[in-house]
Amino acid sequence: MGRIRLISLATLVVAGSVALAACSSSGGSKSSDSSTPAGTTSSSSSSSSSAPATTVSCPSGGTLNADGSSAQANAMTTFITAYQKACAGVTVNYTSTNSGQGVSDFTAGKIGFGGSDSALNPAKGEPAAATKACGSTALDIPMVTGPIAIAYNLAGVSNLTLNPTVLTQIFLGKITKWNDPAIAKINSGVTLPSTAISVFFRSDPSGTSKNFETYLQANDPTDFTYTPDKPWPGKTGSGENGSAKIASSLKSTPGGIGYVEWSYAGNNSLSVAKIDNGAGAVELTPATVGAFVSSAAVVGTGDDLSLKLDYAAKTPGAYPIDLVTYEIVCSKYKDAATGALVKSFLTFTSSAAQQATLPSQGYAPLPASVLTKVQAVVAKIS
Amino acid sequence: MTLAAETPTTAFASNLRARRTKNNIATVVMTGCFLVALVPLIWLLWTVISRGWRVMVHADWFSQDQRLTQDWRTPGGGALHAIIGTLEQVLVCSLISVPVGVLAAVYLVEYGTGKLRSAVTFMVDILTGVPSIVAALFIYLIFIIEFGAGFAGIYVSLALVLLMIPVIVRTTEEMLKLVPNELREASYALGVPKWKTIAKIVLPTAFSGILTGIVLGVARVAGETAPALILVQYSASRNSNLLHGNQASLPLFIYSQFPNYANVGSKENAFTHVKEVTNNYAAGRMWAAALTLILLIALLNLVARLISRRSKVSN
Amino acid sequence: MPDRDSPLRDAQRSAGANGHVPVQTPPIIDPNPEVTMPDEPVDELSVELRAGGVAETAPGHLVGSAQPLGVDVSGPGPVSTAPAPSGSTPKRPGDRIFSALASGSGLFIVVLVVLVGAFLLWKAIPAIGDDKTNFLTSRIWSVGDRANSFGIAGLLWTTVLISVFAMVVAVPIAVGIALFVTHYAPARLAKPVAAVIDLLAAIPSIIYGIWGIAILAPHLTGVQNGLSSGLGWIPLFKHHNNAVGTVFDGGVVLAIMILPIITSISREVFQRTPRQNIEAALALGSTRWEMIQLAVLPYGRPGVVSGAMLGLGRALGETIAITIIVSTAGNGAPFDASLFGKGNTFASQIATGGDALFAHPGPFIAAGLVLFVLTFLVNAAARAVVNRKTVS
Repeated sequence: MGRIRLISLATLVVAGSVALAACSSSGGSKSSDSSTPAGTTSSSSSSSSSAPATTVSCPSGGTLNADGSSAQANAMTTFITAYQKACAGVTVNYTSTNSGQGVSDFTAGKIGFGGSDSALNPAKGEPAAATKACGSTALDIPMVTGPIAIAYNLAGVSNLTLNPTVLTQIFLGKITKWNDPAIAKINSGVTLPSTAISVFFRSDPSGTSKNFETYLQANDPTDFTYTPDKPWPGKTGSGENGSAKIASSLKSTPGGIGYVEWSYAGNNSLSVAKIDNGAGAVELTPATVGAFVSSAAVVGTGDDLSLKLDYAAKTPGAYPIDLVTYEIVCSKYKDAATGALVKSFLTFTSSAAQQATLPSQGYAPLPASVLTKVQAVVAKIS
Repeated sequence: MTLAAETPTTAFASNLRARRTKNNIATVVMTGCFLVALVPLIWLLWTVISRGWRVMVHADWFSQDQRLTQDWRTPGGGALHAIIGTLEQVLVCSLISVPVGVLAAVYLVEYGTGKLRSAVTFMVDILTGVPSIVAALFIYLIFIIEFGAGFAGIYVSLALVLLMIPVIVRTTEEMLKLVPNELREASYALGVPKWKTIAKIVLPTAFSGILTGIVLGVARVAGETAPALILVQYSASRNSNLLHGNQASLPLFIYSQFPNYANVGSKENAFTHVKEVTNNYAAGRMWAAALTLILLIALLNLVARLISRRSKVSN
Repeated sequence: MPDRDSPLRDAQRSAGANGHVPVQTPPIIDPNPEVTMPDEPVDELSVELRAGGVAETAPGHLVGSAQPLGVDVSGPGPVSTAPAPSGSTPKRPGDRIFSALASGSGLFIVVLVVLVGAFLLWKAIPAIGDDKTNFLTSRIWSVGDRANSFGIAGLLWTTVLISVFAMVVAVPIAVGIALFVTHYAPARLAKPVAAVIDLLAAIPSIIYGIWGIAILAPHLTGVQNGLSSGLGWIPLFKHHNNAVGTVFDGGVVLAIMILPIITSISREVFQRTPRQNIEAALALGSTRWEMIQLAVLPYGRPGVVSGAMLGLGRALGETIAITIIVSTAGNGAPFDASLFGKGNTFASQIATGGDALFAHPGPFIAAGLVLFVLTFLVNAAARAVVNRKTVS
């Protein structure tokens, strides 16, 4: 099965690079400088190399601490384990908290890099604060793309389709029964029970919530009137501390529905709804996620690689509820040793071989065009 | 079990049967209360032991960390990183709490008078009731927010000090009160100064009792999670530096495995729809860490009981 | 005595087994119960018991023994009037240093507690001033970069509901166990039975948390549904479609956690029931249950109340078990009185503060302050209950 995964990945990467070849040179100012940095042989140029054969340039030792987004936690666990296997003397800790804490701990100078599901927000002065903490420009580097799954627990219903309006109305408590006509209308042929809907949301400040809110607002601004932010704004349902608790609560609550990163849905064998953004129901698969993320455009300036995801796009075959987790780093660290650790670790995670391991964890690899830029920026970290 | 009710000469003989029934019901209810309390205890211990011991008895458990086995699908690894963290944090906490606590108890029993004595008694009473999250919040406020320090194990130790001091003060106080006055008076009669009397006569006499209190204080704080939750971050690797960086402890180790405990080792990979055999190793590790923590605390309690048996001040 | 079930002997046996009432001289008041204490290890519970004031003020305990030497003439051992040398003679350097160290440590504790209170107040007051809603009556907790509205009404309700529910469940069972240990269990079983209950106190709360949500809560779903289908018309038992993670789940686990402390304190006071009262009741021909009603329960009531309050104090501040087990309600959701609903307690709100705890600590400090005051009041009430009883 590893082979199947690899082939699908290769297809994805090739397709992505072809599609985005045109704009790659006009994007980041120095994106053409994508040659592999000396000392690292991460196979960025050839997507056909076998996955585990990544060689790393290991720092002589030390500990790199990071925390933040729980959305990328499972991916980070895999990256770190592989990295520590390769670099015996180095320790990397990624504490899965939430995006807000990733940013604030980074700004407070407590961690080497922060994981966040949204790029530093200029409206809140975050880039300035982070840059001040760094003493150099702070950068958003996309690293892990992950779909948000709409997971549900409905006995006998394994094939459920939802659209943004119905989703908004469910999550804000306007639709309260599973056999509501609005749901039945887009699920012809499916027998829906009259079970009451139990909504589960994140009670901790979370980038997953914010991205999901952004998606709802982009598609249904009339129903979803809140400003997207990390705390979930709805009054309905029950809040759970972390995605894992949403998943476990869903498992034990018939009629439950919640939004979790795909890996949590998969790890808990939860049913995942198809999403119809206007171009037909789309199932959540690595391919449909890739189709969506490859359309993302870099909007960051300079070396900052913030992406813009078009949640309202009606692309056939693209799963539209996705998020990108950024690693927030300094372009030049005050402490050179930390800089070397961050550079080495992120060079490792942005290697094509490591990105290729993501689909088995419930994530999608970065599109080739973005990945090339990421590798170039990571190579400049010091 | 039926008591005097068997004697029908009492004034209440007329409703003897009713009274006897009532008495029997009461007996059943009391015994039932005890049995009801046993249910969660046995259930919990059974859960922890049956799900955790297999992982715990593996040779790696006490010699490895989770550096290379963090993923819930990866077997193996151990709890050494967490055990090191717990021992260090508790040791440093004890190094601060024990002298302060014992000396404060000496003050209360041997020196204290007037307002300061009542103030100390009152404050120890307050400290006994302080919730661990408030103690943690206090340390967080001072060190993390005001001083801008990074997370580290030492702050957990400091928060635990607030929880351990009242335990030490109370036990030591009780033990010092038990030391017979004749001992002190005999010592004074020989012209021994008061401080020497306390240091050489009173404290050694009460030593095993004080030690019992210390061990129980350690057992009290070893399982505390709330301070670790906000004052330090988990590390899957060994970190013996209390002053810097992420550090695991047994409670944090349990908490770190908790998000994945319920993951299903499905035969079919939900993402690739390919058949895969994955077992969930996070759950085993979580229960094994819980078992290790329970055993550690049980061991401390056992030590306390053994020490107290040797107490010189008992009759 | 051929009558094996003689009430007197039976009572003696069970009382004597606990080592607190010397059998050879059945006294009304035990002259010095503390001397026998080391037979039983002093555990955390008895420490808290003392903190609660039961041991210090219970009848039979000579409060004087806590007085400083030279002043105390009623302490253990023969009465002596010999003053400690420190009183009259000029202090030696060793004495001065040692006394300074001891008083210094006492002072350190005083300063520490004052600092805790002062720091919390210092940070909480400006935060409450900046609050965009009413701190006391609002149930919103919206703290972040965009919002600064927070009130404690919701936290207070959930905290009190879950703790009081735990207490209501735990107290009758604890009293039953305490009576079982002191007056029903065979002598040789009393100690092991008490030790088994104390084992519950040795289990860390995080383990109660993971066990509660992973193992116990799914089994409680049926109980909740049963209660709400029968009593659903009462707001407290209003039906919810929540399977796990309810206030009810958390309360049951809390009840298990506070059971040993209430049991241990009730046990201590039941053991101290004056022998005279027990024998008088038995001499009237009372059954054992009637004797308990006549002699043990009235005597032990303040102790039980104080134990219940200490248990409540512990339940109010419990953090990790509640954080793990109980889910929260939507921010600004309509008020819900039901046990089968969800919510945040003070402690769990602080523990799940996430980045807001660092970026905007004020509201959380304010919540911590209220929790601090709340637990203090409950603990003080526990002491007051016992003190009032012994004074009158």
